[in-house]
Amino acid sequence: MSTTMTMAKALNAGLRRALEADPKVLLAGEDIGKLGGVFRITEGLLADFGPDRVVDSPLAESGIVGTAIGLALRGYRPVVEIQFDGFVWPAFDQITSQLSRLRFRSMGRLSVPVVVRIPCGGGIGAIEHHSESPEAYFAHTPGLTVVSPSNPLDAYWMIQQAIASDDPVIFLEPKRRYHEKGVVDTELEPLPLHQARVVKTGEDATLLTYGPLVRTCLEAAAVAQDEGRDLEVIDLRSLSPLDDAAIIESVQRTGRAIVVHEASRSGGLGAEVAARIQERCFYHLESPVLRVTGYDIPYPPAKVEAKFLPDLDRVLDAVDRAMAA
Amino acid sequence: MTAEPAEDFVQLLTPQGRRIEHPTFSYDGDEDAVRSALRQMVLARRFDTEATALQRKGELGLWASSLGQEAAQVGSAAVLRAPDEAVPSYREHAVALGLGVDPVDMLKTFRGTAMIDWDSRATRCHLYSFVIGTQTLHAVGMAMGMQRDGLVGNPDPADNGAAIVYFGDGATSQGDVSESFVFAASYKAPVVLFCQNNQWAISEPISLQSTIPLYRRSEGFGVPGVRVDGNDVLAVQAVTQWAMERARRGDGPTFIEAFTYRMGAHTTSDDPTKYRERAEEQSWRERDPIERVRLYLRDRDALDDAFENDLAAEADELAERVRAGCAALPEPRFEDLFANVYADTPAALAEQRAGYLAYEASFSDPEVSA
Repeated sequence: MSTTMTMAKALNAGLRRALEADPKVLLAGEDIGKLGGVFRITEGLLADFGPDRVVDSPLAESGIVGTAIGLALRGYRPVVEIQFDGFVWPAFDQITSQLSRLRFRSMGRLSVPVVVRIPCGGGIGAIEHHSESPEAYFAHTPGLTVVSPSNPLDAYWMIQQAIASDDPVIFLEPKRRYHEKGVVDTELEPLPLHQARVVKTGEDATLLTYGPLVRTCLEAAAVAQDEGRDLEVIDLRSLSPLDDAAIIESVQRTGRAIVVHEASRSGGLGAEVAARIQERCFYHLESPVLRVTGYDIPYPPAKVEAKFLPDLDRVLDAVDRAMAA
Repeated sequence: MTAEPAEDFVQLLTPQGRRIEHPTFSYDGDEDAVRSALRQMVLARRFDTEATALQRKGELGLWASSLGQEAAQVGSAAVLRAPDEAVPSYREHAVALGLGVDPVDMLKTFRGTAMIDWDSRATRCHLYSFVIGTQTLHAVGMAMGMQRDGLVGNPDPADNGAAIVYFGDGATSQGDVSESFVFAASYKAPVVLFCQNNQWAISEPISLQSTIPLYRRSEGFGVPGVRVDGNDVLAVQAVTQWAMERARRGDGPTFIEAFTYRMGAHTTSDDPTKYRERAEEQSWRERDPIERVRLYLRDRDALDDAFENDLAAEADELAERVRAGCAALPEPRFEDLFANVYADTPAALAEQRAGYLAYEASFSDPEVSA
């Protein structure tokens, strides 16, 4: 069945289906019960599944993730919500030194299938700590998987796949796209969770992106098309593990690659993607791999966040530079 | 409904404006001092109401209202003097006003034109903290610094100082807050841990954060706790004065639970009708912190129409200044932000800034854009 819905509704529907499918799935987080979460992603779920499965947590992120680990050790599949990206850091220790490595520490005996949902990124005019892009910290951590849907269809399926995964998943939700609509087919065979998607094919250069900037890159590709440039756009979807095969196949064909993300540049995902491209596609490259990213400053005040965030013009500017090389 | 206060509850002025005594805590201010507290609460409420209105008109991106918490904030800030330090969360607008922070400066972060743009050293009102509970440890660290600076336990009380840190009931669940109790107790730090229990952490009632009266939380950490009527400005002032003096003397930290109520939404993004009852809000409206002071002063013939009229005019003036000041706030320049990341901007970051400027210039330079 295909329905048009927002990403917020698609996540809600995906969570609902996961709760229905597996009695071991439970949700926890601040304000996720009666309020339905500050973004209403869990709206209505408390009423339908009860307080044992939709749990309002005390205001303590380390506690939320730490107890989720314990629940997972008892066979549950906790899906925890961190209210905003900037509030995940109290849980950083639990995520990076516990959640990520219990399989390793137990010599493979234990799994902790916890999903950590985090509304991410900027562009919503928020105050401090509400617009962060923390993906690189998690993608750098062995044992974690990191994924980010860019549209309602992927949101619906990826949240269910993340919950079904036996590894911990950091699930990054591009909050500025929560209310954008798309068609969600609830019956199709979804793409594997860690596979990238070519959202537009092209021959001249490859834009590699994820989350909130997939749409931006598609818009840039449409403008470039009018100017006679045929850009390929890849939605990475999974940031750890990266879908190397999809990246390499595309860049070997186009010979030009531009990585686009909101997060600051240094040590970001763009650096990792660029490194893999030069390792595997060096002799196919027609120009240096470029990055269009946030600057290496903390997230700025709302009035100037548009200067920080990569937009259509900055992507096209990079395309000009890549094509001129 | 939220829990009713337990027996250990310091109150000196009832919601009906009746003055009562407490065996341990007394208020030593005169009528002028009470009128001054009334004035500050009225001005703080007017500022807050104006800021909420500015958000509704699209002039602010967000506002976190302090409505209903004026007594807790005005009463505690009233006892602060140099070299004391105050460390707020993000809702302490009346504290900040009391310490001389310009209200228009306070709006900047909510309008999105600046980060935190006031002189925290000059005002001794530190930066607003938006990550819940983190500031409690900073305050303990500042108190540890004051110990080392010889500001504690001097023979002349005027030479002494202490830190006070503000946080909410929700924050008490954060590990940082428990750790702040541990550090404060272990080092006998001159700090007052001032919790405004406003009963709600967004949609979560206090019962989710604490199943015992909150003021008892600190005892097990070695920090004595006191619960005060947070809507009673006289009681808050008396208790905070006692705790600050204790800290300044070198007798260590105190945890104060100011039992109050968040009359408004968590922020302008929140909708409390989804999770709490109107009847509860009404019951707290009857315990309003401002009204009881009016009743008390009126009853003693210590408040006349002239004072009230002057105060209303002053509040109008403040609101007008805030409105005009907000509208006149300059837009930040993005390129300026690069200067405040490091003491000395690394070459690569300077290059990013130059790249940004060149890119921006390309839109106005006809040669480049042609």
